[in-house]
Amino acid sequence: MGKLFDRLMQDYRFKEGLKACINCGTCTAICPAAEFYKYDPRSITDMMQSKDDEIIENLLKSETIWYCGECMSCMTRCPRKNAPGLIIMALRSLSMETGFFMESEKGRQQYAINKEMFSNILNYGYCVYPRTFTMKDHPEYGTVGEWVTENLDEIHKRVGSNLDGKGPGILRKIPQEDLDQLKAIFEETGAFRRMETMTALSLRKAEELGLSEEEYIEKIFSENEGDHFNK
Amino acid sequence: MIYEGKKKIWSEYQKEIPDDHYFYVRSCIRQNFFPASEKMFLEIVRNRLGRDFHETEHHTTCGGIAYHSDAIPQETVMTIIARQFALMTEAGYENYVASCITSFGLYTETIESWKHFPDLEAKIREHLWKTCRKEFKVPKYLAHASDIIYKYRNLIASKARYKLINVKTGKPLRVVEHIGCHYAKMFPSKGVGGAEYPYVLAGMIESWGGEIIDYPERRHCCGFGFRQYLIKANRGYSMSNTHKKFESMEPFKPDMIITNCPGCPYFLDRWQYVISELEGKTYGENGYGIPVFTYEEVAGLVLGYDPWDLGLQMHQVAVEPLLDKMGIQYDPSMKYKGNEGRDLGMPEMPHFLKCC
Repeated sequence: MGKLFDRLMQDYRFKEGLKACINCGTCTAICPAAEFYKYDPRSITDMMQSKDDEIIENLLKSETIWYCGECMSCMTRCPRKNAPGLIIMALRSLSMETGFFMESEKGRQQYAINKEMFSNILNYGYCVYPRTFTMKDHPEYGTVGEWVTENLDEIHKRVGSNLDGKGPGILRKIPQEDLDQLKAIFEETGAFRRMETMTALSLRKAEELGLSEEEYIEKIFSENEGDHFNK
Repeated sequence: MIYEGKKKIWSEYQKEIPDDHYFYVRSCIRQNFFPASEKMFLEIVRNRLGRDFHETEHHTTCGGIAYHSDAIPQETVMTIIARQFALMTEAGYENYVASCITSFGLYTETIESWKHFPDLEAKIREHLWKTCRKEFKVPKYLAHASDIIYKYRNLIASKARYKLINVKTGKPLRVVEHIGCHYAKMFPSKGVGGAEYPYVLAGMIESWGGEIIDYPERRHCCGFGFRQYLIKANRGYSMSNTHKKFESMEPFKPDMIITNCPGCPYFLDRWQYVISELEGKTYGENGYGIPVFTYEEVAGLVLGYDPWDLGLQMHQVAVEPLLDKMGIQYDPSMKYKGNEGRDLGMPEMPHFLKCC
C-alpha cells in the first residue's frame, strides 16, 4: 500500500473533514474530550496538514486518536468547515487496518467493542439488545435496571413491546432472512476482513499476556493502566 | 429592511415538515430503555391524529452505534442504510422518519456524502444489489421523530388534559431541553432551528405551557461518546460530561428535563444515580433527582396517558415530583406491577437518591 497520507485521502471522511485549518483552537475549546483527556483536536488537524507520514504513523499508534467521543461539536464551530471528528474516524479506521491500534491501550479496547457490536447486529439485528445488556457490565443501569433485567419479559409486555415476537413492533424478532442479508453486507463491504485482522492480533496479544480470550476481553474492557487524563 | 434581513436569516433555520405518509424506523436504544416512547409516538400520530406511519418488521438497526464506535467500516453502514431505503421504496413511501438521533445524523451524513461523491453512492448501490438484490430511491424527505411531534405540537396542545404548569403556584414549569449532538451539530440546516437556535423541543415546551431554562452548558454533549461509554474503563468521560451539565443547570432549579435523542435520557437519568452513589449529591428538590423524559413521554403526559403505560417506572430518577406538580392523577401502587397487575416486587432503593 502507498503512503499513509495517501491512504487517508482515500477515505471520504478525511476528504470532507480536512479543509484548511487556521489553528484558531475553537474545536479544542468546545470539545468534551479535550476537557477530560489529554486531547487536542486542533493539533491533530494541524498535524494532518503536514502530510508527514512519520507524524501520522505516530498518531496511528497513539492513545490520542481514541479519546474523541464523535459528538461532532467541532464540526459546528469550525470557522473553516474542518471536522476533526471525521478526521479521527479516518485515522481510527487506518489504525485498525494497519494493526497500529495494538500499540495503544485505548486502541486495544476496540476488540471488545467490535465483538459486542458484531454479535448484537448479526445475531439479533440490533446494536443494543436487552438479553445481552448485563448488570455485570452495566452497573450504572441502577437498581431499576436490575429490576427490569430480572423481570424483562413481563415489563416489556406491560409497556407494549413485542420482545422477540413475530411481526413489527418494539424489539421484535428480526427475521432470519434479514439477518442473513446483514451478514452478506458485512462480508461484501470488508467488515469481516477488518475484524479477522483485529482478532488475530488481539488473540496473539492475549497469548503473550498468558490470558484466555475471555480474560483478555475483561481486561481491555475494565482496566485503565495508562495516564490518560487532562489534569 | 432590517426586518426583511432577519426574516431571511431566520428562514435558514426553518424546516418544512411534510404532514403525512411516513416510513417509520425504530431506535435500538429507545426500544431497550424507553420502549413505551415508541409505542406512544405511533399512538399519537396514528390513533390521535389519524396519520399514516408505516412500519415493517424487516428493518434492522442502521448500525449507527457500531459505526460511531468504529466497529464497522463506512461502506458497511452505508449499505445497511441503503437497505433500509430500499424497504421504504418497496413499501411505496418517500418520507422517512427515524426514531433515533444517531440514525438521523447518519442518514443525513450518508445522503450528503452521496451528493458530494456520486461514485460512492454508485458503489453502495452495487453492494446492495450484490448482497440483497435490492434497489432504492433516496428519501424525498428525512425527519427525526421529534420533528413530527414538533409539527403537531399545537394540535397536541389543543387535545391536552394537563399543562406544563405547576398546579399549586400556577406558574409555568421550568424545563431544561437537551437536543442531542447528532441532530443538528453536523448538518445545522437539517434540524428545526439549526445548531445555534434549536427549537424542536423548545417549541413543544412553549406550546404545552412550560418555560425553557437557558443555562451555560445547555448545548454540551450528554457524554455518551460511543466508545467512551461502551467500554467500562472509559465511562468516566461519559459521567463527567453529564456531571458538568448538572452542575451548570442546578442553580436554575429545573423541574424537569426533556430530551430529543434516545441515548441522552438514559445517561442524564442513570448518571444522576451514579453521582448520588459516589458523592451523595442529588440535583432535584428534597433528595430527589431532576426527572428526565423523552419528548414522547412528555407528549403522553400532556395528553393524559397513564404514567405507567408510558413506561416511566423504567426510569431510575423518580418522576412523581413532576407528576404531582402537573396535578396528574396516578396510582402509586401500580408503578411496579407487571402485565395485568402481576406483582414483580420492587427495585431496591438507592443509598442517597430518593425514589418512590
